[in-house]
Amino acid sequence: MKMIWILAQKELRDGLRNRWIAAAIILLGTLALALSLLGSAPTGSVRVSELDITVISLASLSVYLIPLIALMLAFDALVGEFERGTMMLLLTYPVTRWQVIMGKYLGHVLILFIAIFFGYGGALIILTLLGDSGTDGWQAYALMMLSSLMLGAVFIALGYLVSVFVKERATAAGTAIGLWLVFVVLYDLLLFGVLLLDEGQLIGQKLFSILMLISPTDSYRILNLSMFEGVSQAAGIAGIASEAGMSGALLISVMLLWMVVPLMATLFLFQKREL
Amino acid sequence: MSNNVISLQAVSKTYGNETVVRDVNFDVQPGECIVLVGHNGAGKTTLMKLMLGLTRPSTGTVEVLGGNPAFTAAVAQRLALGYLPESVAFYEAMTGQEVLAFYAQLKGASYYECGKLLQLVGLGDASKRRVGTYSKGMRQRLGLAQAMLGDPQLLFLDEPTTGLDPLLRQHFYELIDGLHKEGVTSIISSHALNEVEARANRFVIMKAGIIVASGTLDELYQLAALPVRLELSVTEGEASRVAESLGTGVNIAHVNNQKLSLSCFKGEKMPLIRHITGLGEVVQDLQIMPPRLDEVYSHFMQGDGL
Repeated sequence: MKMIWILAQKELRDGLRNRWIAAAIILLGTLALALSLLGSAPTGSVRVSELDITVISLASLSVYLIPLIALMLAFDALVGEFERGTMMLLLTYPVTRWQVIMGKYLGHVLILFIAIFFGYGGALIILTLLGDSGTDGWQAYALMMLSSLMLGAVFIALGYLVSVFVKERATAAGTAIGLWLVFVVLYDLLLFGVLLLDEGQLIGQKLFSILMLISPTDSYRILNLSMFEGVSQAAGIAGIASEAGMSGALLISVMLLWMVVPLMATLFLFQKREL
Repeated sequence: MSNNVISLQAVSKTYGNETVVRDVNFDVQPGECIVLVGHNGAGKTTLMKLMLGLTRPSTGTVEVLGGNPAFTAAVAQRLALGYLPESVAFYEAMTGQEVLAFYAQLKGASYYECGKLLQLVGLGDASKRRVGTYSKGMRQRLGLAQAMLGDPQLLFLDEPTTGLDPLLRQHFYELIDGLHKEGVTSIISSHALNEVEARANRFVIMKAGIIVASGTLDELYQLAALPVRLELSVTEGEASRVAESLGTGVNIAHVNNQKLSLSCFKGEKMPLIRHITGLGEVVQDLQIMPPRLDEVYSHFMQGDGL
């Protein structure tokens, strides 16, 4: 555990040093503020908390942004050290390969945690100070922050898998972008396209639910839009998730699985690798 | 279990179709200083990586400090191990001090020791600068400092003096000598034959993945059967007369008015010297030149050792 913490601290320090964390905080904070200040206009006289609206728009945006940030953070983690030759030296030290992966992972998840905590959290504080609706719906906002961290952790794990799999940094960067496209854009497009063509003949609600569920980004979306009544009403999907049998625990389990499996695969490939 | 620090038995390593190390048998006793010599691509670095557990042998067994270095369980053994890779790379964004402190933490060495080592390798003033700004020689010194962290019992130094200027090389070898006096075992790979000649207990000459010769310098001379060269200065005009008197067992390479170059094999050397000293006042000076390591080396490299 001590070794893991030493390695995590190093990643954390690197993140602070190269202004990575600062940039991510500013990016997330500004977006959260902009979306909620601009997006609160259409609330009108409907009895919906401003924060709920913010959660909807932020969750919709985070689905794109957080995976991108996470992949950018992760794609270089292993292949970069292989290429520069620092990994070779590191592995002659009394650390196991398992500890190297877990240390880096902990460090990168912590970087993301700091970025989300201060970026989104800071925006929340400013919003409650500015707005007059008080802190109604802060639970939904907190869930959004927490699940965003989980979504990020999923994509850091996926980024590691890319990083351990490819031979060159450039390939890793390209593959990471491709991965982002598939998970965040193409999968949903494809799913809805098939659904439209199918017109409900082959793909019933059950199969569709499963197809939604196996995507970590859709799980994230459903989790945020359906767990709290205020949010789901504002999003116009009240009751849909629970009808489809998607409980919060199930959605979170799916995301956890998307963290653990790529991480295990990364570890397996790393153990086999010869330097 | 033997008391060997390192023991390699019938070790081969194949990457794809290419055999980089072939059937290597190799033992190292505690306190020895072994120098690996060989052309580029002879398999020296691969051999080191095998001993460090970074790669696994295709066939054969590797044992370092009593265990297989490629096993996860070997982690504890790595506490007693220092490694300076060929063209060492560091985390560029960190300062020299931070880099060393990071490695020290992993090895359980103290912060105090970092400072001491930085002074020792002459990086005390540059320790607060980013490694990205370091010159090749400074990186190499930082590399040595990290290899020396935590009082290792076994050092692997891969081409340690490349990129160092002559003064630094000297300083570098003084450091290594100091470690040897403390009983540290070391494996050094080098191209700079003249530098390592005086330092090694044993040389291992590699060629295309095979150990073609190994032993002390003397043993290698005998194996190579290289002649000893003698240079003679004689009274002016007497050179050809002296040459005639030497007889047939001696190979006379060159004669001029007052100088003779001779060569003979080890067994004939002493009789020849006695004969020369018996010639009296005519001989003004005699220099005996044993074969140098680079001659031994090129002998083994040219030979059809495959």
